[in-house]
Amino acid sequence: MKKSLSQRLAILSDAAKYDASCASSGSGRRDSAKSGGLGSTTGNGICHAYTPDGRCVSLLKILLTNFCVYDCAYCINRSSSNVERARFTPEEVVWLTLEFYRRNCIEGLFLSSGIIRSSDHTMEQLVQVARDLRLKHGFRGYIHLKTIPDASPRLLEEAGRYADRLSINVEMPTVAGLEQYAPQKKAGGIRQAMGEMRLKIDAGKERSHTGRRAERFSPGGQSTQMIVGADAASDQDILASSANLYGSYGLRRVYYSAFSPIPDASALLPAKSPPLQREHRLYQADWLFRFYGFAFGELTAGRADGMLDLELDPKLAWALDNRALFPVDLNRASKEMLLRVPGLGVKAVAAILRARRHQAVRLEDLARLNVSIRKVRPFVQTPGWSPARLTDRHDLRSLFSPAPQQMSLL
Amino acid sequence: MTRYVLTLEDNADFEPWREMARAALQRAVLPEALDWRIRGGETDLFGQITDNGDGLEALTAVPVVKTVTLRASCLALLRDMLCHSDPARFALAYRIAWRVQGNPHLPEVATDADIARARQMVRQNRQDCHKMMAFVRFREQPVPQREGQGGERRRFLAWFEPQHHILERIAPFFAKRFTDMDWIILTPRGSICWDGKDLAYSSEPCEQPELDDGFGELWDTYYASTFNPARVRTKAMRREMPGRYWKNLPETRLIPQLVAGAEVRVRTMAEQELQPAPAFHERLRSREQLPAEPMLDTTETLEGLAAQIRTCTACPLHCSATQAVVGEGPADARIMVVGEQPGDQEDLAGRPFVGPAGQLLHKALGEAGVDRGALYLTNAVKHFRFRLQGRRRIHQSPDVGHVAACRPWLEQEIALVRPKLIVSLGATALRALDGPGMAMADVRGTSWTVGTGENAVRRLALAHPSWLLRLGEGAQGNAERRNFSKGLTRLREFLDQPGT
Repeated sequence: MKKSLSQRLAILSDAAKYDASCASSGSGRRDSAKSGGLGSTTGNGICHAYTPDGRCVSLLKILLTNFCVYDCAYCINRSSSNVERARFTPEEVVWLTLEFYRRNCIEGLFLSSGIIRSSDHTMEQLVQVARDLRLKHGFRGYIHLKTIPDASPRLLEEAGRYADRLSINVEMPTVAGLEQYAPQKKAGGIRQAMGEMRLKIDAGKERSHTGRRAERFSPGGQSTQMIVGADAASDQDILASSANLYGSYGLRRVYYSAFSPIPDASALLPAKSPPLQREHRLYQADWLFRFYGFAFGELTAGRADGMLDLELDPKLAWALDNRALFPVDLNRASKEMLLRVPGLGVKAVAAILRARRHQAVRLEDLARLNVSIRKVRPFVQTPGWSPARLTDRHDLRSLFSPAPQQMSLL
Repeated sequence: MTRYVLTLEDNADFEPWREMARAALQRAVLPEALDWRIRGGETDLFGQITDNGDGLEALTAVPVVKTVTLRASCLALLRDMLCHSDPARFALAYRIAWRVQGNPHLPEVATDADIARARQMVRQNRQDCHKMMAFVRFREQPVPQREGQGGERRRFLAWFEPQHHILERIAPFFAKRFTDMDWIILTPRGSICWDGKDLAYSSEPCEQPELDDGFGELWDTYYASTFNPARVRTKAMRREMPGRYWKNLPETRLIPQLVAGAEVRVRTMAEQELQPAPAFHERLRSREQLPAEPMLDTTETLEGLAAQIRTCTACPLHCSATQAVVGEGPADARIMVVGEQPGDQEDLAGRPFVGPAGQLLHKALGEAGVDRGALYLTNAVKHFRFRLQGRRRIHQSPDVGHVAACRPWLEQEIALVRPKLIVSLGATALRALDGPGMAMADVRGTSWTVGTGENAVRRLALAHPSWLLRLGEGAQGNAERRNFSKGLTRLREFLDQPGT
C-alpha cells in the first residue's frame, strides 16, 4: 500500500536529521516587497523551533528519497540497512515547503537525497524542486541543496542559480576513514567538486568593469559536515582537515556531527552514545578559528594526544598553556590579544575598545558587559586590579575545572 | 527646584517622549526635576494618582534657555531602547540625553551604568523582535465566498504575545515576507494587518482567538521525526526557546513524550541484532563485483597517462591538494612549456596556467603572436604545494623531493608529445629538466640544444611569470618583462620555421 504523505514525511525527515547543518544565514537580504510573492531572507537566519536535542528547526530538512545505492557504514540510509524506504515527488516537496513556510514554521528548504540510479538523475530531481520553487511559485525564502559530487557542470550551475547555499559532505576527516566507511565515495571527487564550486562562488561575487553583476551562484557559499567519533581520527586530524577545507574552498561553515547510534546500525560501528562534549569543543575551536584569530594548530599544540581538553574550553586551555602572555592590560592591549583573553567575547572586546577611547576600563566595569569577572580575573590587569601571583598559581586550572562528581554506585 | 510630572501612554515609544524631552532640555530641566509617569498605571509615593497633563503645560510656560541637538548615534540608541516595556525607560532616556550634553561620547561608553542598561533594553527589544519573527504561527482562515471572483488571496491569522512594544518595528518584516497572502497578527499589545497593499496597526489589546486549520498535525510529524533521541539536551532547547513561548507553539506539547521515550528508543537501537541486508543491497553489490573497465595503457596515450597521474601518491602533496593538474595541449605539439607547479586557481580548476601567472603568460604569448593552442602546457610538479595562513593558501615552492617524485610523469609526457622545443619557466622547471647543475641567473633568456640527430631538442630557459608578477612595476620588473617577451618571440620564430 502506498504510504501517506505524513508517513513519508516521518521517514524522510528522520532520514535527513543526521545532517547537522541548519543555517539559514549568509545569503544577504532579499524580500518579496516588489515581486509580491512569498518569502524573504534576513541575512542572519531565524530558528523557528527547537527540539529536545537542543538543535534548532530552521529549514525543512528532508530527503527526496532515502533509497541509496551507496553503502556508507555510518549512514542510516545505506543500502544494507533495513530502514523503511520512501520517496517524495518534487511536487510534494514544493507543496510541503510552501505550506510550512506560509505558516511561518520554517525559513526555507534543506533538500538532500539518497543516490538513485545516477548522480545526474538524482541531482536533476533536486534542481527541479529548487527551480519550481523559484520560478513557478516566486519563492524567495532560503534554499540549501546538497550537491552530488559527480553531477554534470550544467546541473551544478543551475543548482547554484536557485540555491542560497550548496554543500557536499566530506563525511570523514581523513581519506583513510572515508575509504574504510564509505567505499563508494571518493575523497578526490569531493574535493574536486568543492574546488569547482569555490571558483563559481567567487566568480558569482565579482562585478565586471562596467559594474554588471555576474550570474548568481550560491550567494550563501558552501558548507560541509564531518562525522566525529566514528573513526579513529583525533581532534588534531579533524581540525587540520577543517583548516584545509576553510583555506582551500572558502567554506562558510564546517559542521561537526557527533556520530550517534542509528537504527539497524552497521557492525563496523559500535552503538555508543554520541560524543557530544567532544563535538561541542570542536565547535568552540572552530569558532576560535573563524572569529578570534586562532590557528587550529595552536589549540592542539599543548595536547599530547592531539585531543582537545574535554573539561575546559579550548581558549581557556590555551591560555593556561601560554601564561607568559598574561596578564593583559585591558586599556592598552591590542584587539588581537584581547580576543585571546578567556571570558572576553567578540562583542565584549568591541565594547572595551570603544569605551577605553574615552575613559579607563576597570575590572568591575566588565560586569556591565556581561563578562564573568571570576573567569577573566587571572588574565587581565586594570587600574585597581592586578592578578599578581594568581596568573602563575600552579593550581590555576583547578579553579576552572568542573567540581568532581561522585560516580554513581549502580 | 520646580518639579514637573510628564505623563505618557503605556505603549509610547520614541516620538511622544522626544517632544517632551526636547521641551525639558531646552529649558535646562535637571533629570531629577522630572517625574515620568505612565498614564493610568502609576501612582505617586503616597498612592495617589496625580493629575495628568499639567506637567507639559507648566514646562512650556517657562522660557527656552538653549537649543539642543543630539547626535545621530545617540538618537538611534534612544529610539531603539524606547520601545521597551520598562516604565523607567523615559527617565533613563532623559538622563542619557541630559548627560550627553556634557559628554557627547557617552553612548559609546558601554561600561557606563546608564548606557549599559540602555543597551540591555535594546538587546531585549531586538531579541523580542527576533522571537516574534521565529515563533509567530499563522493558521489559515476560510475565505468568504463571493461570486464571480477567482484567484482570491489566502487568509491567515496568528496570535503572539510580545514582551515589548515592537509591533510597528516588526510589521514590515512580515509584510515583505508574506506578501502574497492576507494576514492579521493579534497580540495583547495591539494588532497588525496586511491586505497586500497597506499595513494597518491598532494598539487595541486583542483576545486570543481559537486557531486550527488542520495543518498542525503535519508539522508535529516533522517536529517529532527530526528529533534525535540519542542526544537529549533539553537545557540547550530551553535556553533558545524559553518556556513562556511554549503555550503558543503547539509542537511543544510533544516535548514531554519525546524526552520520556528517548531512552527506550536508544536502548532498542543498541540492542537491535544485526539483520540480513535487504535484497536490493545484494543486487547492487554484485553489480559492483563486475570487472572494472580495463586500465588505459600509460605509455601509449596522454589520456592514459593523465589517468595515472591523477591517482599519484608518490609524495605527500596529494594529501592537501585538490587534485593533480595534468598537462594540456595537442599530443603532437612542437613546443612544450613547463612551469613550476599548479597554483591556487589551477588546483581548484584542475587545469594548468589559469591563475594570475597563467593570464600573464597568455597575454605575453598573444603579444608575441604565439597561438596558445599550439603549445603543450604542463608543470614540473603536478600537485599544489602551499602553507595555510588563516583562510588563505600561500604558495610554497616545491622541494627537490617533490620534483624528483614527479619527474617520471614529466619524462613520460615528453616521451609521448616528443616536442622539438622545451621551454622551462623558472628555476624549478629548469632543475626538473636539466638537473641541479644550472643557475637560473646564468641561463635566463638563453637557448641551447640537448641530444643529437633524431633526438635533438632545443631548450629555452625563461623566467616564471609569477616571478615577474612579484617584481612589480619597478625598473627591474619592466626590464625582466621585456626580456620575457623577447624570449617568447623565439617561440613564434620557431613555429614559423618549417620542418625543424
